[in-house]
Amino acid sequence: MKGRILKLLLVITASLMLAACSSHKTKSDSAQNGARVEDRGAAGANGAASQGLADDGSAGAGGALNDPNSPLAVRVIYFDYDSANIRADFNDTVAAHAAYLAANPNTVVTVEGHADERGSREYNLALGERRSLAVRKQLVLLGASAGQIKTVSYGEERPAVDGHDEGSYEKNRRAELVY
Amino acid sequence: MKTIRKFAPLRRLLLAALALMVAAPLALAQEAELKFTIKGGNKSALPIAVVPFASVGDTGNTDIAAVIRSDLERSGQFNPMQPGDMPSQPSSFTAVNFKDWRVLGQENLVLGKVMASGDGGYVVEFRFIDVFNGNQLLGFRIPTSADNMRLTAHHISDLIYETLLHRKGAFATRIAYVTVERASAKDSLYRLQVADADGYDPHTILESKQPLMSPSWSPDGAHLAYVSFEDRNSAIYLQDIRTGKREKLVYGPGINSAPSFSPDGQRLVVTLSRDGNPEIYTYSLASRQLTRLTYHASIDTEAIYSPDGRQIYFTSDRGGGPQIYRMSSDGGTPQRVTFNMGNYNSRARISPDGKKIAIVHGGKGGYRIGVLDLASNSFDVLSDSALDESPSFAPNGDMIIYATMAGRGTELAAISVDGRQGPRMAVQRGQVREPAWGPFRN
Repeated sequence: MKGRILKLLLVITASLMLAACSSHKTKSDSAQNGARVEDRGAAGANGAASQGLADDGSAGAGGALNDPNSPLAVRVIYFDYDSANIRADFNDTVAAHAAYLAANPNTVVTVEGHADERGSREYNLALGERRSLAVRKQLVLLGASAGQIKTVSYGEERPAVDGHDEGSYEKNRRAELVY
Repeated sequence: MKTIRKFAPLRRLLLAALALMVAAPLALAQEAELKFTIKGGNKSALPIAVVPFASVGDTGNTDIAAVIRSDLERSGQFNPMQPGDMPSQPSSFTAVNFKDWRVLGQENLVLGKVMASGDGGYVVEFRFIDVFNGNQLLGFRIPTSADNMRLTAHHISDLIYETLLHRKGAFATRIAYVTVERASAKDSLYRLQVADADGYDPHTILESKQPLMSPSWSPDGAHLAYVSFEDRNSAIYLQDIRTGKREKLVYGPGINSAPSFSPDGQRLVVTLSRDGNPEIYTYSLASRQLTRLTYHASIDTEAIYSPDGRQIYFTSDRGGGPQIYRMSSDGGTPQRVTFNMGNYNSRARISPDGKKIAIVHGGKGGYRIGVLDLASNSFDVLSDSALDESPSFAPNGDMIIYATMAGRGTELAAISVDGRQGPRMAVQRGQVREPAWGPFRN
């Protein structure tokens, strides 16, 4: 719950800043205007806000999420090329997260789906969503409640690594669990 | 102030003066200027000599002839003579020694002058001369200003292009694109920019630490629709380019993406997955109503209208891999368009005459830009790199701009529809991608 409130505050702050920003722009510079998306909550990092929330949540839930030896420490699930099937080597990971969510019904996780850079961007956005939904489906099947799992696709817009080879692509075709 | 152009010191002075008078200039990041280079030559390109324009009075620093030469060369259709190779540099018709130019095989000659008009403005006079017949094909005197000097040069390029090729030129147009500076996997800066079609005068219209994608021009060139992740999910925004005023149009659970305008500017066609799966919808800008057009458990996305507004082309993997489909713009049963062209064909953009689509074609060599003639079904792969994407037609249909992988990251490249290589454009820092060629400017 704490997490939700924080998140809500962030959204409100962000939209207030946006509103302030655009009205300022309209007044001061009518010729060619830039708009800027202020992103204070993220402090310049992808998922920084969500990770901050994770720390809060896990402290309340007993720290299993922070145990580096727990299967919960694995937060990234990799996929084969053009596939949204969860590979056998990630079954245990998904099962552990499902069990954790079932045991902590107030915990919310976001599953972020990603694709490698090959092909068109919008199609990859859809592929990323397929991956995030596949993980969600499996989590629910194994006991988590659907309301605990948010999904978002970033397509190829947020690669984990920058390379343009198969080794890099393997690391970019993924779903990330963000508590 | 962010409008400083490298090639306009006069303007810079004016802006500096303005900055002294206006109390609170916006502290916007310095613009990354696009740099373009031209690789290779085109043997069949038309020779043309654009003589440096004479200057009468203080006329600023814009080299109009150089802008015209660069425009014509970038089109792939012309081979402009270098000023150093010119036998003379006349600025009036009577000063032309036709024999000198004929000997060099130069049949097309452009000359002119820039004059200060006394009221702070300029008049650009130019003549386009047929050397072989010794007569003037075009002669114009165009009033302009320091700010519009390059635009005037682009208009002259348009006139020359149309006179010789009998097709409208698209030099006086703009492009939108996304740049990314990536400090680390979790720290990136995305910018949506609009620049002249030759990469000059870039303006950042939006800056975000979350991804920006899929810019799409309104038919009148006044607005851009695009996707922003600033609220930690994709949402479709509409922004007035001149005022910067923006509006969050379509958002909700799942994907809210791939906006593209109808030809009448009244609606957007978009991809939403709020019903559990990416489907094509239209969004009416007047009524704010969404209308769902596709019903299939596959991915349906990347929709665009045909120029007559009657049909919608989109990508679907309902047949296995991604292919291009077409349906009526009010829905109905989609028909597959791409056959026997491999198992990856996506993100169609349609030519302004509605006769061709440019697509991302995945094959053995990677992902390249191909053009399919819709009537004859003939298909040509135009580009030759491994990771080409995001094709966009010039408003005259003669060129396609797209994103390609280069040594340091992604660049923009242009190629003529008949396969002549055009310029490549890169930003000084970071990546540039998703070019969208704007409409003709009125």
